[in-house]
Amino acid sequence: MKNLLEHMGVEPERLHFSWISSAESTKFVDVATKVTESVKSLESKEKKFVKTKPKVA
Amino acid sequence: MKSYTDKIKEIAKRLLKEDKVDMVIGYRKGTVPLMHQPFFATSEGEVDSFVWDSNCGLNLANYITDRKERIGIVATGCNSRNIAVHVVEGKIQRDQLYIIGIPCQGMVDRHKLAAMAEGNIASVEEDEDKGTITISGQGFSKSVDKAEVLQENCSICVHRNPVLCDELVADEVTEQTREQADPYARVREIEAMSPDDKWAHFDDLLSDCIRCYACRNACPLCYCPQCFVDESNPQWVGKSVDPTDIRTFHLLRAYHCAGRCTDCGACVRSCPVGINVRDFTKKLEKDCLELYGWEAGLNTEQRPPLDTYKPEDPEDFIK
Ligand code: SF4
Ligand code: SF4
Ligand code: SF4
Repeated sequence: MKNLLEHMGVEPERLHFSWISSAESTKFVDVATKVTESVKSLESKEKKFVKTKPKVA
Repeated sequence: MKSYTDKIKEIAKRLLKEDKVDMVIGYRKGTVPLMHQPFFATSEGEVDSFVWDSNCGLNLANYITDRKERIGIVATGCNSRNIAVHVVEGKIQRDQLYIIGIPCQGMVDRHKLAAMAEGNIASVEEDEDKGTITISGQGFSKSVDKAEVLQENCSICVHRNPVLCDELVADEVTEQTREQADPYARVREIEAMSPDDKWAHFDDLLSDCIRCYACRNACPLCYCPQCFVDESNPQWVGKSVDPTDIRTFHLLRAYHCAGRCTDCGACVRSCPVGINVRDFTKKLEKDCLELYGWEAGLNTEQRPPLDTYKPEDPEDFIK
């Protein structure tokens, strides 16, 4: 899944996979911080997988 | 391909006469040029409609899903691999089938030919000895080498001979090696792009998609009784032609075919606007080969890689 998303042009910085148990709160905080940091570090500001057309029905 | 056609007819007649099968699935001339239709012959008399040439690019494995009859079926390399996938996935029993194997010489790309024609193509002739295809219509006629107008998937095909069959219609053809065919050249080209260029490439690729779902319907792998795109409760993906919805449809459909796709090209052939949706599936095929050493449909025993777990499966993407 990750490979195909990257292939389609989603930056690796936006794709994170983690296995976090409900008891691992510190790991969750760590991962969440890393994810936000790596997305913010991206140069491209193009929105990907965001719908632009208004919703109908 | 008169010799192939004659042999198909001969075998089909015999099978029906000896009551070995209830029907034989093959192709007959389509109502429009370049598109032969699947045809089910249930009696000896119907057998004469069968044809074989370079316009038999739809995948017949698509028509055997969950069938209960005993079936004779014409199969090229890729079609036979899709039949094998069906057997593995329990969609048909091997002993229900009598496979008439075609050593395949590739299918012509109807989109390429249409682009070359100076008007609507009214008829197509194939000269086997010279290896040419002649298309003609009102006020024009043009001959080209078949090799030049092969479907891309056929020109890079490394499994032309059936992997599974009961009887061949001719001697096996020589297979190209992976080095000669270089099947992943196009995938590598895309892989080399920057993320934004990749994004733009797929935006451009899908810009004409009208979401008719012909690509899905032509694919033998897409046999779910209800496809995720048709479901409304829950609704997995928007139904509009918003670029995000279109992209989501293609991403997920391709993923459902991961490790199962044989690169038969039926999806591209059936697309009314000529979108090469194989740009998605070919990447997955390459990954399956590189990550799991897997090629779809080469036997009827092994389950596809995304359906099994092995301790040595790569997992370095999970942090
Ligand atoms: S992909 Fe290979 S086996 Fe299938 S039609 Fe093309 S050349 Fe024949
Ligand atoms: S067949 Fe072509 S136009 Fe139709 S949904 Fe598939 S890619 Fe889109
Ligand atoms: S996705 Fe396309 S190339 Fe792959 S098996 Fe389906 S129809 Fe054939």
